[in-house]
Amino acid sequence: MLILWTDALIFLLVGLGLAYALLARGQEHMRAPWRKVVRSRVGLGALVVLSFYIGIGLLDSIHYRATDAKGVESGEVHSVFDWLAEPLRTRQEKTYSAPLAIHLYAKETIEENGVSRRDYPRLEHAGAHLPDLAAARAEQWRLAFIGLGWGLLIWLVLLGLLVVRLAFKQSLSLGQSLAQLARGQCEIPWRTGLGVLLLMLLLSGLSWQLGQHYHLLGTDKVGEDVFYQALKSIRTGLVIGTLTTLVMLPAALLLGLMAGYFRGWIDDVIQYLYTTLNSIPGVLLIAAAVLMLNLYMDNHADQFNSLVERADMRLLFLCLILGITSWTGLCRLLRGEALKLRELDYVQAAQAMGVNPFVILWRHLLPNVSHIVLITLVLDFSGLVLAEAVLSYVNIGVDPTTYSWGNMINSARLEMARDPLVWWSLLASLLFMFSLVLAANLFADVVRDAFDPRLRNESR
Amino acid sequence: MIAYILRRALYAIPILIGVNLLTFWLFFVVNTPEDMARMHLGMKRVTPEAVQSWKAERGYDKPLLFNGEAAGLGTLSETIFFEKSLKLFVFDFGRSDSGRDIGYDISQRMWPSLAIALPVLIMGLLTTISIALFIVLFRGSYIDISAVVVAVAMMSISGLFYIIGGQWLVGKLWHLVPISGYDTGLDAVKFLVLPVIIGVISGLGGGIRMYRTLFIEEINKDYVRTARAKGLSENAVLFGHVLRNAMIPILTMVVAAIPLLFIGSLVTEAFFGIPGLGSYTIDAIQTQDFAIVRAMVFLGSALYILGLLLTDISYTLVDPRVRLS
Repeated sequence: MLILWTDALIFLLVGLGLAYALLARGQEHMRAPWRKVVRSRVGLGALVVLSFYIGIGLLDSIHYRATDAKGVESGEVHSVFDWLAEPLRTRQEKTYSAPLAIHLYAKETIEENGVSRRDYPRLEHAGAHLPDLAAARAEQWRLAFIGLGWGLLIWLVLLGLLVVRLAFKQSLSLGQSLAQLARGQCEIPWRTGLGVLLLMLLLSGLSWQLGQHYHLLGTDKVGEDVFYQALKSIRTGLVIGTLTTLVMLPAALLLGLMAGYFRGWIDDVIQYLYTTLNSIPGVLLIAAAVLMLNLYMDNHADQFNSLVERADMRLLFLCLILGITSWTGLCRLLRGEALKLRELDYVQAAQAMGVNPFVILWRHLLPNVSHIVLITLVLDFSGLVLAEAVLSYVNIGVDPTTYSWGNMINSARLEMARDPLVWWSLLASLLFMFSLVLAANLFADVVRDAFDPRLRNESR
Repeated sequence: MIAYILRRALYAIPILIGVNLLTFWLFFVVNTPEDMARMHLGMKRVTPEAVQSWKAERGYDKPLLFNGEAAGLGTLSETIFFEKSLKLFVFDFGRSDSGRDIGYDISQRMWPSLAIALPVLIMGLLTTISIALFIVLFRGSYIDISAVVVAVAMMSISGLFYIIGGQWLVGKLWHLVPISGYDTGLDAVKFLVLPVIIGVISGLGGGIRMYRTLFIEEINKDYVRTARAKGLSENAVLFGHVLRNAMIPILTMVVAAIPLLFIGSLVTEAFFGIPGLGSYTIDAIQTQDFAIVRAMVFLGSALYILGLLLTDISYTLVDPRVRLS
């Protein structure tokens, strides 16, 4: 086991999420908005998609030091996801190859029986045992059907479990319960959720079967599987999207609530602090800070044991910087809310009883701003995932060795000038980013509508 | 009025001082000029003399805050803080690490940035507002719902893909305009068309959604109900009342954005090879020219604060309810 900084924070976040869920279970006022989220079709569908992403991200966050065949540590750091996706990671080709191809993308001079000719060389791993392209296509179709079959099978099992549970809960027969589900008459829109789940399972089955034997989305310049890169980038995207807010959350909460609650000179100082930070355009502040970080890391190379740790520190630091640029908005919101809350009767009563002000902040103010924090966390997520790509593109984002969609785009953009075009890296990062960000955007809308008290009673 | 503007302007000074201190801390305290010299000269084989001469050439050899060797006021003025940081206040940016005059470069490069950013702002505003109004006219119908879905989907695509896709489609496949580059005078137009169109399209999703929410919030207000009760037509309500009242928040948002237009967009300018301030910053980041990045950070914050000031002023001009005290 090897715990990187971002791993630790991710699991802290998961722990916080679980603790929140346990707390919310027993409290009707906390459960109600979540019930609303799950009962919206858009919310449930987005949640299914997001859970696939989160699952891969979590698997990719359990790291260990890899050992070679003899059991000696090789110095590489792998994650559980790497272990599961072993064939994707190790099947390295020489250079570019198109999705599901069995030949390289460019012609090379091949020596064969003393005769040299110009042709597309065969790939080392994808379909090497097959005589020609036609045989490979036939095998790909076969694999695709097996994959789809597996996806369908797992879906049917889950469907069966759900039907049994629903039937048991409402004391209906299995047939009645299934019919109810198919007509979409349940309180929770299971039909939509199951539809999205079926789509995701079919896609997973398909890519699992095909990806093991072929390069589903082609290979990049150094012959690495693009599908693997896109999957590995999920963790980076999730880390940037979630940890950014988490890292800055304690400071934003404390300062925002203090400014609103104490007012006076404390308010002035804190307002000055965030106005100053806010007045530097975000990109420029990030650029300056990342430049300084690079310089610092080059000068203090001895503080980082391995490339992985170095890249990890850089990722965490990027979260911190992004947090500082997005923190001011949250701080201002919390200040405004605290200004309102401090005038309420129960806060005044607590003050009159001589309760320690920080206890009042913790016990009376914090629970009443939790919805703001949650909404901010969810709303910021998609913007941050998109920002990562742009920042990595201008070389002030994550470390070049980290897998990220921004780095994929960055390395693929030079290929735009090529003819014929190498498009699969761009397509892969587009597809993965788009589906994550779209799901997050839709989910965020539902969460905001459910949690924002101003919107709660309006019919939209 | 003048007293109010003066007071607001004075309020900007402590913020600029804060920004200045922050950049000074970032660029000279976190990493010393010594580190910068080593980085530029190569990490390993570098003699102390070479470091010293690199620093001396760029004026980084002075003490940070206090110069004990100089006489009189020189103890404070012959320091890095005075030479490199305080002089930013009079927009004396000094020379870049490669020896060019930053102030001159900025004055040359802000116009191409503006040539892209201004049309994007104006055309973007016109298209998003008209589409949003059109949607609001059909609110609650399938047109509204599908438009919102399309807007959310458009928001979820990274801006990089709009640029890559646009360049590929318009520039490479259709050969309508050159893919990248820039020219002086009117010839620049053919280089500007594509980035402007892409800039407008990539902002469409978010803009439509924001203005739709704005208009719908406005529609639910009392004066709209009154206007309807008077028997005005839906169009008269929407264009005569809702749009005019919604113009106040729109106007203030736009005014705040205007000064920052000079800074340009990092990504668009880099992709299209436009010699504006955005690509200037990108080049500085790539070559690790700290002097330019420092100057841009300060300039950016100064322009942002100017934007806030303009917002306050325009607000008082547009909305009579806002008092100047």
